Amino acid sequence: MKLLWFHLMPYTELPDDFRERHNSVWVDIDSGLLDPTVAHRLYNEFMDELEYAAALGFDAICVNEHHANGYGLMPSPNLIAAALARRTSDAAICVLGNSLALYNPPTRVAEEMAMIDCISGGRLIAGFPVGTPMDTCFAYGQNPSMLRARYIEAHDLVLEAWTRRETFAFNGRFNQLRYVNTWPHPVQKPRPPIWIPGGGSVETWQWCAAMDYVYCYLSYFGYKAGRETMMGFWREMERLGKDRNPYRAGFLQFVGVAQTREEAMKLYKEPAEYFYGRCLHVDSRYVNPPGYNSEATQRARITSQVALASQRAATMSGGATWDEILAKGFVIIGSPDEVAAQLREVATDLNVGHLMVLQQFGNMSRDLANHNTRLFAEQVMPQLRDLFKQEWEDRWWPKPLPKPARAVPQAPAREAAE
Amino acid sequence: MSGFAERSVAVNGAPCRVWEKGRGSPVFYLAGFGGLPRWTPFLDRLAERHRVVAPSLPGFPGATGHDRLDTLFDWVAAVLDLVEGAGLAGADLVGASVGGTLAAEIAALSPALVRRLVLIAPFGLYDKKAPPADLWAQKPGTLPSLLCVEPKTYTDHMAPPEGTSAEEWSIVTTRASEAAARLLWPLADTRLERRLHRIRCATLIVWGAADKVLSPSYAERFAKGIAGKTSMALIPATGHLADLDQPARVAEAVLSALS
Repeated sequence: MKLLWFHLMPYTELPDDFRERHNSVWVDIDSGLLDPTVAHRLYNEFMDELEYAAALGFDAICVNEHHANGYGLMPSPNLIAAALARRTSDAAICVLGNSLALYNPPTRVAEEMAMIDCISGGRLIAGFPVGTPMDTCFAYGQNPSMLRARYIEAHDLVLEAWTRRETFAFNGRFNQLRYVNTWPHPVQKPRPPIWIPGGGSVETWQWCAAMDYVYCYLSYFGYKAGRETMMGFWREMERLGKDRNPYRAGFLQFVGVAQTREEAMKLYKEPAEYFYGRCLHVDSRYVNPPGYNSEATQRARITSQVALASQRAATMSGGATWDEILAKGFVIIGSPDEVAAQLREVATDLNVGHLMVLQQFGNMSRDLANHNTRLFAEQVMPQLRDLFKQEWEDRWWPKPLPKPARAVPQAPAREAAE
Repeated sequence: MSGFAERSVAVNGAPCRVWEKGRGSPVFYLAGFGGLPRWTPFLDRLAERHRVVAPSLPGFPGATGHDRLDTLFDWVAAVLDLVEGAGLAGADLVGASVGGTLAAEIAALSPALVRRLVLIAPFGLYDKKAPPADLWAQKPGTLPSLLCVEPKTYTDHMAPPEGTSAEEWSIVTTRASEAAARLLWPLADTRLERRLHRIRCATLIVWGAADKVLSPSYAERFAKGIAGKTSMALIPATGHLADLDQPARVAEAVLSALS
């Protein structure tokens, strides 16, 4: 199986009384809480952590997009991905992804992702989420009633821009461009693999099946909560006559590894409580603009996990307790063997070939994140590698240029200049 | 509330329900946020002296087809189809809230279709000192008290009609909110102000003095922009959906303007 290392880039200095004193971690989060000098340090530490994971042999490093969000400092994941492309050599760069409807024209996404694919020598995984209501409808002002139609059209445009080798006109409902000619176009042909992070609507699953895309469920509430979604996904694949290739799916899990479970309990309690307390404190006003969920999704009574978090926030005075975080499997912690056994079970049970692990969460320091990552890479990863390997082919993985054909970035310029 | 007739007018191929009651000179009514899940006491009052025709705008209860309307231009064309399809060219036009902004657009862009105009707290203008409340960013359960001084009025108005499942009804009411969002998200300036001078018919502007969505100060701006003779009625202790909140008093003002 493939193991991917995911970063949300949370702001780590939200105050202790954040839940009591502030409305929301998202959309109207108090701008005064952000200190750019802290952000300077965090961006550099977070990129260190991603590069460290790549150096330790993770198959991919993952970034994603959020706006006006205290737990996601990446309004532009492409900036981070470009920097990572220069400082890593083998790991895939998984941008999960760009919310297509937010870009005007959406060919901007085709261009930037093609640049990342060129810089990295063909290591890009292109993620295309619709985006949450908080990001798209509120922080970016999109009309919820037109968001999905715009998203689908933007997707069609990007795909055409990547695959057609002549200048063409695009006469869409929302985007009309007389001249589309994306320079550069991606190294990967016909295009980089496309992955779709989604909340669990049947339409998204059907679309992934029709387009042969990877469906990703980025669960904040662990495998127990995500199980129903993934089971639904596989039932739909079966109904549509698709095979059970586990590489059709991606799943995110928070993980904390230590030498022993006792040590893990000590190390990861605070960052987990920080994430589930402060980072998921989302004002219920922003979770459900009308039209964001299709009528079919409403009928299927699918509630997004952010809406669930917000409902929880409304009924609870604090965030999730540590006991709950552990009991419900929001975070999997333990010794390397314990974590490996649990993740093996999760991946087998959910039939997921792309397991994304979140090993920096909440206000976790770089030292602890690196410790967590190193133990995982050295002692957990080897116990998971063989899973699905014999039976299934990963048709959704980047195909970079052969190693000899790839550019080698010059050693840091200062050294070179000396 | 009884004795109204129902028919259907196709707009872009999608059926829009048209309710009608009363005799007299015709009055065309475009409802506000939430639409017309049921006939209202305000319309009953008007129907005592007029032939009241109340169509459902696309996406509001009784009609679909909002998902075909992408721009204000599309919406205006749809309402023109409704007015003409219902045979109401030259009638008096009453529009409230969401329906009010479309009524104003019709009166500005197709003056010959409108005899006299009544605007009840219409959207469309934007005052940065008093921006409209964000109808789509409210905590669950708080919308009724934002829209009406007596929240129960709105709750009752929007309750599932007999024989409708609560689940299916919630899809209908969500769709109505979506249709309003499709037209007006994010409740900013629709540039109606630049077209107000084209409204040349006599216009009554009605506002609830306790409107928490659109400040009554907007009434003055509408009056200033409209070229026709305007009058204003500020109804005390009344919220945004004024004709729902205070049917008798609003009907009195409207009937007097249309007499």
